[in-house]
Amino acid sequence: MLTAAQLQSYITQHLACEYIKVMGDDGTHFEAVLVSSAFLGKSRVQQHQLVYAALGDRMREEIHALSMQTYTPEQWAKQP
Amino acid sequence: MDAQAQIKQTVTSNKVVLYMKGSPKFPQCGFSNLATQILDACQAKYFAVDVLADQAVREGIKVYANWPTIPQLYINGEFVGGSDIMRAMYENGELQTMLEAAK
Repeated sequence: MLTAAQLQSYITQHLACEYIKVMGDDGTHFEAVLVSSAFLGKSRVQQHQLVYAALGDRMREEIHALSMQTYTPEQWAKQP
Repeated sequence: MDAQAQIKQTVTSNKVVLYMKGSPKFPQCGFSNLATQILDACQAKYFAVDVLADQAVREGIKVYANWPTIPQLYINGEFVGGSDIMRAMYENGELQTMLEAAK
């Protein structure tokens, strides 16, 4: 079964993150908070597409749902 | 007509389109349910497409927007996002503005 820790490592292999936290323990539904400089200047759709691209085929085959909150480092610093 | 052409026609001939699992009355997935609740909270009129009823559309919509998950919201033919983005845009008011402009 896919664990949150595995999913996290799949993402970070292809996308450099300043901060990442992946949660979820049923093997198919996950939640993630991601902070990356790669998100700078990108729309939310493009930010999520970067994460999906990092996961590639796994997103279609293994993961039913990945709920995401994406932030640039600057946005993250302003989070309460 | 192939799935891509069919999707393009649907999203360009309706101002607001939600691709979802199930129907607004009977959503078959929590994320699709959330999407319908957000649109209802915005008092938006929208055209819903149940992807579970058409396998070609269910796979085709993922390719159309380069987006691997459902639900997917389109306004004036443009892909807006999935349920996370809808929620974020609802919370900061962007979604209401976009929906109002599309009326």
